[in-house]
Amino acid sequence: MAERPMIAAEGLVKRFGATVALDGLDLAAERGTVLGVLGPNGAGKTTAVRILCTLLEADSGHAEVAGYDVRTQPDQVRARIGLTGQYAAVDEYLTGRENLEMIGRLSRLPARQARARALELLDRFDLGDAGGRLAKGYSGGMRRRLDLAASLVAAPPVLFLDEPTTGLDPRSRFTMWDLIAELVSGGTTILLTTQYLEEADRLADLIAVVDHGRVIASGTSSELKDRVGGERLEVAVPGADDLAAAARLLARAGDSEPLVDRDGGRVSVPFTAGTRGLAQVVREFDAAGVAIDDLSLRRPTLDDVFLALTGHAAEDTVPSDTPDHRGEEVSV
Amino acid sequence: MSAPAAALRPWGRLRWAMTDALVLTKRSLLHIPRIPELLVFATIQPVMFVLLFRYVFGGAINVQGASYVNFLMAGVFVQTVTFGAMTTGIGLSTDLSTGLVDRFRSLPMARSAVLLGRTLADLARNSLVVLIMVLVGLGVGFRPEAGVLEWLATAGMLLLLSFSFSWIGATIALFVRNPEAVQSAGFIWLFPLTFASSAFVQTASMPGWLQAFADHQPITLIINTVRGLLLDQPIGSDGPVAALSCAAILLVFAPLAVARFRNAGS
Repeated sequence: MAERPMIAAEGLVKRFGATVALDGLDLAAERGTVLGVLGPNGAGKTTAVRILCTLLEADSGHAEVAGYDVRTQPDQVRARIGLTGQYAAVDEYLTGRENLEMIGRLSRLPARQARARALELLDRFDLGDAGGRLAKGYSGGMRRRLDLAASLVAAPPVLFLDEPTTGLDPRSRFTMWDLIAELVSGGTTILLTTQYLEEADRLADLIAVVDHGRVIASGTSSELKDRVGGERLEVAVPGADDLAAAARLLARAGDSEPLVDRDGGRVSVPFTAGTRGLAQVVREFDAAGVAIDDLSLRRPTLDDVFLALTGHAAEDTVPSDTPDHRGEEVSV
Repeated sequence: MSAPAAALRPWGRLRWAMTDALVLTKRSLLHIPRIPELLVFATIQPVMFVLLFRYVFGGAINVQGASYVNFLMAGVFVQTVTFGAMTTGIGLSTDLSTGLVDRFRSLPMARSAVLLGRTLADLARNSLVVLIMVLVGLGVGFRPEAGVLEWLATAGMLLLLSFSFSWIGATIALFVRNPEAVQSAGFIWLFPLTFASSAFVQTASMPGWLQAFADHQPITLIINTVRGLLLDQPIGSDGPVAALSCAAILLVFAPLAVARFRNAGS
């Protein structure tokens, strides 16, 4: 018989007043794997994490973490999990070292051990020099690293990362990805929620796509990508009149029906012909006399996943959530 | 780790709860020198009240049995400590809004420790502010006639008041959550409670309906006790009743806050 999953949720339902946050959510993560939970804002990702971390009780359904029931054995669950939320939950008026020591003491480590563990984690997360400074003066990336370090103080076998890179600049995001990848290789079981397909792609063994509080698709990254159609070619044209012509040209060049965004003046299509195919498209537009404002080959975004899976765009997804505009995000 | 085994024994659980609370007390105490503006504002307000009542209104207020500055300071001490409840509430609601409390709640620590740690630290902070106010009082002519025992009793009364009212502040924070709202809510209950009392005037000068309230509410009893102790005047039954009122407040609000905190999962 197969080993029980380290994280298992079955039919979780949670309502807040009239809002249904979770509508029968099922999740499972095997030991030592990363489960990516992908979905737009308001899909129920954070609610699921809060239930699995014993911060919130589900209205119905069942959930186990590390073999313990989150409802009836919360203390056992808490002794085995680490949580890094969307907002770096560190005390601004403590130094990095004091923050980690405090968490260590609260995790029942003896004082000396808590101190040693704090220093070890600071070094490992490249905060050794900043460890004696107040967290208030840390950059967004440093805070997140401190926050991640805090969730690792007790070396938990299960880690919950709720949008660990939302609001980070690209460089800090890459650093976080490296750190997370390192944890995975150490055998930690991780549940990672994210709005970024690229992030799930990079880190997750399995991805569960969540919308309106339930899983609408799951599988490996390549399985999902097959359904989305890989890279897309997107063309922006100057006038509304050009949209139809552009759509006709792209229908021939692309792999399936193009998608017309009238408000944005853009047409996009799944595209696998690479850069050489791109040159061909430009020549065809030239020959047909259709002007091009902008032309780009982009990886599928969360929006594309949702379009492919549900036929509607991911609601509440602001433009800055697409990988193309990542650099513009503000930190929280 | 031995944590789960220790948690099974009641005394082990209690010991852990105290350890957790002390870890968080230390955390809040570290904040005091690092956020000096909190202490400065907590001190400036009562200093302004002392100056205002000592030099602006004092000349027009008649009290029997003592000079006005001697009468005034007991009221100032009690009001200062009472307003400290708001600091507890603001601090707690700030932790709730930054996600720090979520982190604490995901740890295998005692749930009560987050509240106990903060109220204990606020006890220390309040003591510091009152100490400053005693010095300010001495500077403007306050001449207490209390002996060592009376001073100790005064300190005990103020500590009990501080601790019990901190739990009211914590309870409000857990219901209201937003730091600004906690502050606004604070004025709504703290102003009537401290001004409709014997803090600045003798209640005999108030209209009958107000006097009926002022004479019997706990703040007046506490002020009368502290005033009696400091000025070496008889306090009668006010002392024990004041202490019992604080104990009653503690018995109601501490469990209420802890229960609310346990279920604060939204």
